[in-house]
Amino acid sequence: MTWGVENATVVFGARTALANVSLRAVPSTVSIVVGGDGAGKSTLLRALVGLVRLTSGIGQRPAKQEIGYVPATAGLYVDLTVDENVAFSAAAYGLRGPELAKRSKALLERIGIAGVRGRLVGQLSGGMQRKLAVGMALLHRPAMLVLDEPTTGVDPVSRAELWRLIAGAAAEGSAVVVATTYVDEAHRASAVVLLEQGRSIATGSPSDIMAAVPGAFGVVASGEQPQGLSWRWGTTWRVWAPTRELPTGATPLQPDFEDAVMIAALADEQQRWADDGAR
Amino acid sequence: MRAMIVKEFRQLKRDRRTLALLIVLPVLLLVVFGYAARFDVSKVTTVVVGPDAATVARDLPAPFDVVEIDPAGDRSQAASRIQDGSAVVGVVTGGTQIVALLDGTQLFAVQAAESTLARMAQETRTVGSATPPVSVQILYNPNLTTAWIMIPGLTGLILLFIGTLITSLGIVRERQTGTIEQLAVMPFKPWDVIFGKIIPYLLLAALDLVAIVVIGMVLFGVPFVGNVATFAVGALLFLLVTLGMGVLVSTVSQNQGQAIQLAIMFVVPQILLSGLIFPVSSMAGGVQWIAYVLPLKYFIDISRGVMLKATPLTALWGPLVVLAGMAVVVLGLAVLRFRRDLAPSARREGAAAEPGVPEAAA
Repeated sequence: MTWGVENATVVFGARTALANVSLRAVPSTVSIVVGGDGAGKSTLLRALVGLVRLTSGIGQRPAKQEIGYVPATAGLYVDLTVDENVAFSAAAYGLRGPELAKRSKALLERIGIAGVRGRLVGQLSGGMQRKLAVGMALLHRPAMLVLDEPTTGVDPVSRAELWRLIAGAAAEGSAVVVATTYVDEAHRASAVVLLEQGRSIATGSPSDIMAAVPGAFGVVASGEQPQGLSWRWGTTWRVWAPTRELPTGATPLQPDFEDAVMIAALADEQQRWADDGAR
Repeated sequence: MRAMIVKEFRQLKRDRRTLALLIVLPVLLLVVFGYAARFDVSKVTTVVVGPDAATVARDLPAPFDVVEIDPAGDRSQAASRIQDGSAVVGVVTGGTQIVALLDGTQLFAVQAAESTLARMAQETRTVGSATPPVSVQILYNPNLTTAWIMIPGLTGLILLFIGTLITSLGIVRERQTGTIEQLAVMPFKPWDVIFGKIIPYLLLAALDLVAIVVIGMVLFGVPFVGNVATFAVGALLFLLVTLGMGVLVSTVSQNQGQAIQLAIMFVVPQILLSGLIFPVSSMAGGVQWIAYVLPLKYFIDISRGVMLKATPLTALWGPLVVLAGMAVVVLGLAVLRFRRDLAPSARREGAAAEPGVPEAAA
């Protein structure tokens, strides 16, 4: 069973929030949606879980019972305790009795908040809240797990723990979709959708995206900013030439994933300039 | 400082609701205290019964507004007109003296009637007319105790407060914290969420209502002479209207501050213009209609009628039907709007609850 959206377009009034974007949620794998603020990540995820109607395109998702979703706001009741939040969510999914007790105990221990079960969620740190939100979304073992920026603003240790949870869910068979602004997190995915202003500018596995880099890419050891499209990288300059001709002094280099994302964004910008010029 | 002032005005310009409050509230208060807020009553609806009804009715000066003259009627007929609220004063003629029955639940009207009757008696004595003396009997609230009139109205205010303000805050909090999205994705039906959200407030309001009535009876000696079931039906219908207003307010508010502002715009006019404090009958004709679009007016008619006068259900069907109509319209609209937030994609495709529901759009 595969879920996802195909050629999804979402229009809010005069603004196109999503234009012709496709995303697949495949069981046992993690798919990542990468993009800056306002790129359309949340809209794509909300369309995937049915919170936003597609203006056009096809959406396919499991029954609500099979979906685990964490919005960008974490979606927790800050004026309820950890236990009360878990109890509400569990009741919504029909979990009760010893099975619930066993699962929630194991889960809270795994995310390291078993000791604060009686504390109000609003009193937990941001990282703890995120972990609890993701943990709660996993409680009913959803077939599709959709997480909107679960790691944004979270400290590196909590971030690593969150990713352990997310990878664990995929290992147990969930189709996981995660939105993030952190390019480095895309390494963890088997499929990536790169969003820019509501459009998908690159898709595929991280290696596919790296292999598909157009033009020529290289490094300039130091000195003045080289001709063409370039950006600072430590003491060196990274330079990309859409025409395959690197400026003098540049050494060709195999792009890593972050370079590939940067180049995809630059290529998209150039394409748009060209389109605007043609118009 | 100039920068600060300019910034403040820019923010105010964007904040349409505060701006509306700044403009609407003074206009409202002007209308209320200019036209509506009057304790002096210029019209007192009166029925005159008994053999001399026609003569006596002709001699009655303002503010008596004779709406019915029945020479064949008797005291019980006049009393029943007062009980069902169609008259404030019932004049019974034909005995050794004329009897004026006054509705003690209409404080200001009764005061106006009493002073006019006293003046008439004074004139009669000086002129030495043959008209028999008038005996005044105040029904339902013989001591004209203000608390007896305020507490039934206050029950309405409590329901309005819980139904509109507290409910809208409760729902907006879900929106503000983003939990409403979570609810929409959980395997709840929209109805589960909507009713799960408003039933606790309904119960709380009911509890509060009982408490206010009991405290009013124990502490202030307010009578409850009517049918509890009639009162309960009226309260339930009114509560449904206020809950609907609360949900409506929440659907157009992004945060609790906005919800409070809007709820104030719903609540304040009802406090001032529904007859809770100022009698509706003394409002100027041009603004009196406002009272008739406010649900609290109808609930006050019911609560004062049932608690103080034992007004029967048959005489209260008017306000009950109006409240029922308002409940259907307001709550219906509210539920439709709220449902749109909860199930945006379910509208076109029907239930999205079956596994793997494809969502196809043109």
